[in-house]
Amino acid sequence: MSASTSVRGISPPHPEEEEAIAAEAAAIARSLRDRPGAVTAVLETVQQRWHHLPVAAMRAVARELGIPLSRVYGVATFYAAFSLSPRGRHMVQVCLGTACYVRGGTKLAEALEEHLRTPMGQPSADFCFHLEGVRCLGCCSLAPVVRVDGRTFGRVRPQDIPRLLASVLARTGSLQGGDGT
Amino acid sequence: MTAIPTSDRPFSPLLRALREEGLARLAPKVPRVSLGMASCGLAAGARETWDALRAALAGRDTVACLVPTGCLGWCQKEPLVEVRLPGSPALVFGRVTAEAADQVAAWLAGGELPRAHLLGQYPAADRSDGQTQPTTPDPRFPAGEIPLIWDLPFYRGQLRWVTRNCGFVNPADLAEYVARGGYLALEKALARGPEWVVEQVTRAGLRGRGGAGFPTGAKWQAARRAPGEQKYVIANADEGDPGAYMDRGLLEGDPFSVIEGMTIGALAVGHCHEGFVYVRAEYPLAVERLETAIAEARKAGLLGENVLGSGFAFEVHVVRGAGAFVCGEETALLASIEGRPGEPRPRPPFPSEKGLWGRPTVINNVETWANVPLILMSGAQLYASVGSEGSKGTKVFSLVGDVSNTGLVEVPMGATLRHMVEVNGGGLSRGTRIKAVQTGGPSGGFLPASLLDLPVDYESLTGAGTIMGSGGLVVMGERTCMVDVARYFLSFTRAESCGKCVPCREGTHRMLQILERICAGGGRPDDVGLLEEWAWAVKDGSLCGLGQTAPNPVLSLLRYFGDELEQHVRDRFCPAGVCRELFRFGIVPETCTGCGACLRACPRGAIGGEPRQPHIIDQARCTLCGVCRDACPFEAIVVEPRSPADEGVNRNE
Repeated sequence: MSASTSVRGISPPHPEEEEAIAAEAAAIARSLRDRPGAVTAVLETVQQRWHHLPVAAMRAVARELGIPLSRVYGVATFYAAFSLSPRGRHMVQVCLGTACYVRGGTKLAEALEEHLRTPMGQPSADFCFHLEGVRCLGCCSLAPVVRVDGRTFGRVRPQDIPRLLASVLARTGSLQGGDGT
Repeated sequence: MTAIPTSDRPFSPLLRALREEGLARLAPKVPRVSLGMASCGLAAGARETWDALRAALAGRDTVACLVPTGCLGWCQKEPLVEVRLPGSPALVFGRVTAEAADQVAAWLAGGELPRAHLLGQYPAADRSDGQTQPTTPDPRFPAGEIPLIWDLPFYRGQLRWVTRNCGFVNPADLAEYVARGGYLALEKALARGPEWVVEQVTRAGLRGRGGAGFPTGAKWQAARRAPGEQKYVIANADEGDPGAYMDRGLLEGDPFSVIEGMTIGALAVGHCHEGFVYVRAEYPLAVERLETAIAEARKAGLLGENVLGSGFAFEVHVVRGAGAFVCGEETALLASIEGRPGEPRPRPPFPSEKGLWGRPTVINNVETWANVPLILMSGAQLYASVGSEGSKGTKVFSLVGDVSNTGLVEVPMGATLRHMVEVNGGGLSRGTRIKAVQTGGPSGGFLPASLLDLPVDYESLTGAGTIMGSGGLVVMGERTCMVDVARYFLSFTRAESCGKCVPCREGTHRMLQILERICAGGGRPDDVGLLEEWAWAVKDGSLCGLGQTAPNPVLSLLRYFGDELEQHVRDRFCPAGVCRELFRFGIVPETCTGCGACLRACPRGAIGGEPRQPHIIDQARCTLCGVCRDACPFEAIVVEPRSPADEGVNRNE
């Protein structure tokens, strides 16, 4: 599966693959170029497609929007939502906002690091999960909060984590394969 | 609980028709079952409740309208379900899990009322727009005393004006919004003109709810007077303060009020046909609800080329942020919409003169916009009659942290912290003593328990060394270490500093280093003085609000919790039991009953002892995780200073 190779990012993408990425990214940029402040929206879409911003895609976006690559890079590195390195397939976000912090969010973060065997901000070894600390998901009343693939869980205790992650995997099918689509 | 007067009837046939439609939906001939499905509700399991309710109602052949709503505010009790039987006051049920949903459905099918989940009832006439007189009550309506929802401690003293529709209407349903008095204000504004609107907003005394408290009327007037053939209005929904979520509550619960407010603002400013809502990336549901509402308003002719047939053209676009706290600062927000890194620039020129793409722009917080229809609808005078001397109207606070009832609390300006924490919040959820209330997010500060009687408005908070901010109130009990929390906030501001100006970039880093050192047990005698010096340098030297307020947690730590800081530095002791290098847990033999709760809870097997005999902690095994302290029902586990023998233990945990 070619797409999944690039997502994993274990080796740099093949030249043909790079071309394919560039072509698709250019098409995304074309479709959104008329929007005010298009760069951010384009990069968001690119990121949704590949789970990170491949260099080939950023080059194509700069070319297509007629702006220097440095500006694209500037935006890509400024905002937390963008990642230049490949991310794991399932986003696991642990809220580290004040309310979650006061109610034990750090213990939750530690438990997740231990369970996924991966430090904060990194994909797990098999690229199945991506662990990330975020600043406030706005569910402070139900602190501490964890969001997995956009689904938010409130009042999470460290011991709930294995069950919670298992339920996500059960919903999406299996541990391995199929992504980038 | 003062209701908002909505005696006026809409003039336009479109709104009249929508209103009839909405009233029929709010008070249908069959039971209306609504479920709070804002992000908080969903996090509490509302999706499962929804599925269970639908299945249970269908399984029993019960005819009912099942409606998704926003959050009623009392998040602690979510999932919240409201059931309105025809001709009867609505009942509110709390903690309606999937199982309880089945009980609710069973009751509607003629079974027993799930009393354990029943919180209270609405007053008969309230919340139905005064339309439905209590007629023949439904036979299923329970007999006996049911408390009025507004009399429950959580709602006592609240004045739910801005949040009046949250948790009540379907946020995707324009007709329900109109039935609740929506778009009456726009109709008035169109009839009486921009000058009148600006005057009303000015006379109402509305101030920016984003935190700085700038008079809204003055801001609008400045943009109105600024020369320019194209102007913009922007709703700042980049609610970045961790611990505050009222903007999300409003966008997910009542998006039309924000859109209506912006439409009125655009009319008032003049030459303004485009508006933007800048929503932070972490709020996908708010974006979705907002986009639905915009599409609905456009379809009905309340946005677009010809708003309400008046010839006035106005469009609203949603722009999603990409995760940067500084974008809540207005000039950074502008840069971000323009597709650049969100770096602030010096003011003046203010956005009201030179804003988006160099054109006059009014930027207001979501809550500020939501106040606008309210002011025009109820009249500036009534609006200004509520609140304190310099701060008018109400303020929505998010009451979170170590408090029993968490949720969104809307009170008149000038209500006391004590009322919110002790009455609405129901006191502490863990521990016994309130240590501090933190307001204003990372830009704010801590207020000690001795200041709980402070009336909350812009002036008094500033006087006490903190700020209103967007309205986050994080309650902290005695198990919170103030030095550690200050460190936490500095790590936040350091990470979120855009790096453009040196004082903020370097200063937050330095202050964080010092605090980290102190928390790790390496505090030096001159650290306290050094912290203060840095704090003032960053405050005075930074370019934008983020940097100017970043030292506030440090300054209020020095001002109110100097003793605790001293204990960390001088005695190498963390009395709250948080900084792991600076304490150990011990068991008080006289208090310990030997129940074994701590022994069973400890993940490392560090606690030993015989049943009914005082237990002992093996300090070499203890990782100071605190699970035992949470588990002990007798408060027998206490925080002690380390003894020299403990040195070298736990260092690497």
